Amino acid sequence: MLNEVVPSAFDFGSLALALFAGAIRIGTPFLFVSLGECLTEKAGRVNLGLEGILVCGAMTGYAVSLQTGSPWIGVLGAGISGLVLGAFHGLVCSLRGVNDIAFGIALMVFGTGLAFYLGTPYIQPQAPTLPAFALGDWSTNSQLRNALEINVLFLVGVVLAGLLHWGMASTRWGLVLRLVGDHAETARALGYRLIPVRVTATAAGGFLAAVGGAYLSLYYPGSWNEGLSSGQGLMAVALVIFARWRPWRCLFAALLFGAAGALGPALQSLGITSGYYLFNAAPYVLTLVIMVITCRPDRTISGAPGELSLTR
Amino acid sequence: MTALSLETFGAGKSFGDFRALEDVSIQVAAGTVHALLGENGAGKSTLVKGLIGYSPLDQGRILLDGIEHAISSPRDAHALGIGMVYQHFTVAPGLTVAENLLLARGHLPWGISWVKERATLDAFMNTMPFRLALGSTVSGLSAGEKQKLELLKQLYLEHRFLILDEPTSVLTPQESEEVLGLVRDLAHRSELTVLMITHKFKEVMSFADEVTVLRKGKLVGHTKVEHTNPDELAKWMMGETRIAAAPKTRSPVKDKAPIGLEILRLCVASDRGTTAVNELSLKVRRGEIVGVAGISGNGQKELIEALLGQRRFLSGKISVNGVPYRATRNEMLQQKVFSLPEEPLHNACIAGMSVAENMALRNFDSPEMRRPGWRINRTAIRIRAQKLIAAFNVSPAFPDRPIGTLSGGNVQRAVLARELAEFATVLIAANPVFGLDFSAVSDIQARILAAREQGTAVLLVSEDLDELLELADTVLVMTNGRIVYAVDARSADRTTIGRYMGGHASSPRASLGGMVQHDDA
Repeated sequence: MLNEVVPSAFDFGSLALALFAGAIRIGTPFLFVSLGECLTEKAGRVNLGLEGILVCGAMTGYAVSLQTGSPWIGVLGAGISGLVLGAFHGLVCSLRGVNDIAFGIALMVFGTGLAFYLGTPYIQPQAPTLPAFALGDWSTNSQLRNALEINVLFLVGVVLAGLLHWGMASTRWGLVLRLVGDHAETARALGYRLIPVRVTATAAGGFLAAVGGAYLSLYYPGSWNEGLSSGQGLMAVALVIFARWRPWRCLFAALLFGAAGALGPALQSLGITSGYYLFNAAPYVLTLVIMVITCRPDRTISGAPGELSLTR
Repeated sequence: MTALSLETFGAGKSFGDFRALEDVSIQVAAGTVHALLGENGAGKSTLVKGLIGYSPLDQGRILLDGIEHAISSPRDAHALGIGMVYQHFTVAPGLTVAENLLLARGHLPWGISWVKERATLDAFMNTMPFRLALGSTVSGLSAGEKQKLELLKQLYLEHRFLILDEPTSVLTPQESEEVLGLVRDLAHRSELTVLMITHKFKEVMSFADEVTVLRKGKLVGHTKVEHTNPDELAKWMMGETRIAAAPKTRSPVKDKAPIGLEILRLCVASDRGTTAVNELSLKVRRGEIVGVAGISGNGQKELIEALLGQRRFLSGKISVNGVPYRATRNEMLQQKVFSLPEEPLHNACIAGMSVAENMALRNFDSPEMRRPGWRINRTAIRIRAQKLIAAFNVSPAFPDRPIGTLSGGNVQRAVLARELAEFATVLIAANPVFGLDFSAVSDIQARILAAREQGTAVLLVSEDLDELLELADTVLVMTNGRIVYAVDARSADRTTIGRYMGGHASSPRASLGGMVQHDDA
C-alpha cells in the first residue's frame, strides 16, 4: 500500500515541474505566432499563412545563424523573411476579390514548400543556438534547474506582449489599427487609409511568426528538419480566439498550449508510456475543444474585431 | 464657433448619360436648420456628396459665407468646417467614446497620454449641451446615444456647417425629438448651420426653419417652413398626379376568423448568445395584419429568422393553422407560409441566379416543374417566370437576367411574385419596403393589403411606424425581445407607442441613457 502512494506523490511534483518547463519551452513559439496573429487580426485580416511563415522562419534563422555564426542575426534574418511573406499576404489580400483565408492557405503551403526546398543543405550541420538564463543554479535539484532554464526569447516575448497590450490602447498606431479592424466604414469616413494599416500589421505579424519559427530551429528542439513545426501556426488562430484578441492574454494562452504540448513527453519521462501518442495530441484536442466551445454558427464572439471575416 | 452660410449656384452632376442633379441653386442661411426633402433618387444624396467632397459636383459653384470654394475631397470640406453625419453610424462599435472622438480629431501624437486627453475631452464635454460617458464602449450605447456621439464628433471637430442624412431613421420618436431639438438649439445659438436630409414631414414642420425640395434631380421648391404645409410639400415631392391614391377600404377582421399564426413563449438567442426573443407570444388571425413596431435590435431580426427557419429557437412553440411548425421547407409548402424578408437580395434571393430561377426556388422540384425523373424542366420555369413578371410588373421583363442586376424595388417585386404566386395562409414580412422608391412602396403595400383581403394572416415587422399604422389592424410594440404593448391601429396614439418603443413606459429610466441636460446659461 505505502509503496504505491509515495511514488505517485513524487510523480505529481515532477509532472508539475515538467509541465511548467514545457509551458515555457513549447509555449514560446506559440507566444510569438499568436502575438503575430493577434496583430494581424486586430487590423481585420486573418493570416492562416503564418504556419508557412513559421517554417520558413525556422529555416532562414537556422541558415543565417550557420552562415554568420550569430544566432541573434539568425533571428533577425528569420524575422525579415517573415516580414516579406507577411507583406506579400497583406498586399495580395488588398486586391479586389481576394479572400484572406484562401490566400492564407496558399501561403501556408508555399512557405512550407519554399523552406523545404531551400533548407535541404542545412539539415545536417549544427548552427550556433540561442542562449538561456540559468535561473535555477541555486538549487541542487536537477529537475528544478532544468525547469528554470529560461530562454531569452521567451522573456523578449513576455515584454513584447506587455508592449503590444499597452500600444493597442495608448498609441496612435494602436488606435488606428483597432479602428481599421473594427469598422472599416468609419475608418474610411474619417480619412484613414485601410490598406497601408492592414499590410503593415500583416507584415509585422509575419515578422513575429517567423521569430517563433527561429526559436524552433535555434533553441528547442534546436535543429532544422522538415518535421520541425507541428502546426503551431494554425493553432495560433484558435489561441487568439481563446485570448479574445488581447495580447496579454495571448501569453497565458500560449503557456497553456505549451503545457498541453509538454504533457506527452512529461508523462513519458515519468515512465508512463501507454497512450504516449494520445497525450501528444493534447494541444490539438485543446484546439478542437476551444473551437467547438467558442465558434458556433449562430453566435459571434465577444471582443472580436468587427471586420474579421473569420467571425462574421 | 460661428455658423457658416452656404450657397450653391447651378450645381449639376451626371453619371454617364444620367443627369442625377441639374442646375440646383440653394441658399442655406447661417444659424438655421434647412431641410432637404425628396424621394429616393431625387438627387439629395448626390447634392450633399458634392458638398462634402465625396463625389465632387461636375458643374456649379459653392459659396461659403459668400466666398467661392472648390471642394474636391472630404479633406477640403473638413478644412472649410463642413461635416456630415451619415445615415448609418460611422463610429467604431468596439472602441470607447473617448477613442472614437480622438480618432475623429486626427493629428494624434504617436503616444497618447490618456490623463491629458481625458482632461481635454472632459473640458470639451462640459461645454456641450449633452454628455456621454467617455469610457463606455460604443456597442453598449443606445441608438440615440450613438447619434449624439456623431453630433459630438462633429462639434469636437469644430465643424460649423453640418449635413445630417436622415438622422432619425433608427431612433425612437422621443430620441428623435431630443436629438433634433439639440441640433436646432445649437443652430439658433449661431454655433452651427444644419442641412438635413429627411423624408419625414413632421420633422420638417417641427424642427426646420427653411425647406428645399428636389424631384428627379431638379429643384422644385424652396420656402420658409412657416409659409408651407405638409400637403404642399407632398405635392412638390411627388408631383400632382401621384398624390391621389385611392382611399383604402378594408373589411374588418372577423372575430371568428381562424388563427393563422400562433407563437407561444418563444425564446431565441442572438448572435452574441444573449436572449434576443424572450418568451414572446402573439397570434395573427386569417385576414388580419398584425404589425410589430420597435427600434431595430430589440429582437425583431431574430424573431423573423426563427419564423423563416434561418435560426434555431431555444424554446417555445410556433403553430400555423393549428399545426406545430418548425420552419422546414416541407411545412412551409404544406401550410403555405410565405415571406418577404428585409434585404431580399441577402435573405430571399441568390443574386447570381436568374430572375426565373429565383422565382422557382420554392417549387422547382414540384411535379409541374420537373421532367420525368429528376431533371428540372427549364422551359416550364421560364414560362411561369414570364407570367409572374407580367402579373407583378417586374422591370426589366427579362427572366434570364441575374436578379442581382435589378433595382431594389424590382427585386422585392420579384420576391413578392414568388411568394404570392399562389394563395398564402401566412405571410411574414420584415421591413418589406425599406429603401424602395415611391411606386414600388405603394405597389408592394397594395399587394400585402390584397393578400389580407383574401384571408392571409400577415405578420408585418417594420421600423417605420407610419407604415404600420397605415397597414396593420393591430400594432404590437416589441422591446427587449418581448411584446410590451398592443393596440388597435385605428385608435393608436403615436406618443404612447413611442414611449413603449423606447422602453420607458415599462421601466422608466431616470434620464435618457445617462444623458445630462444643461440649461443655456
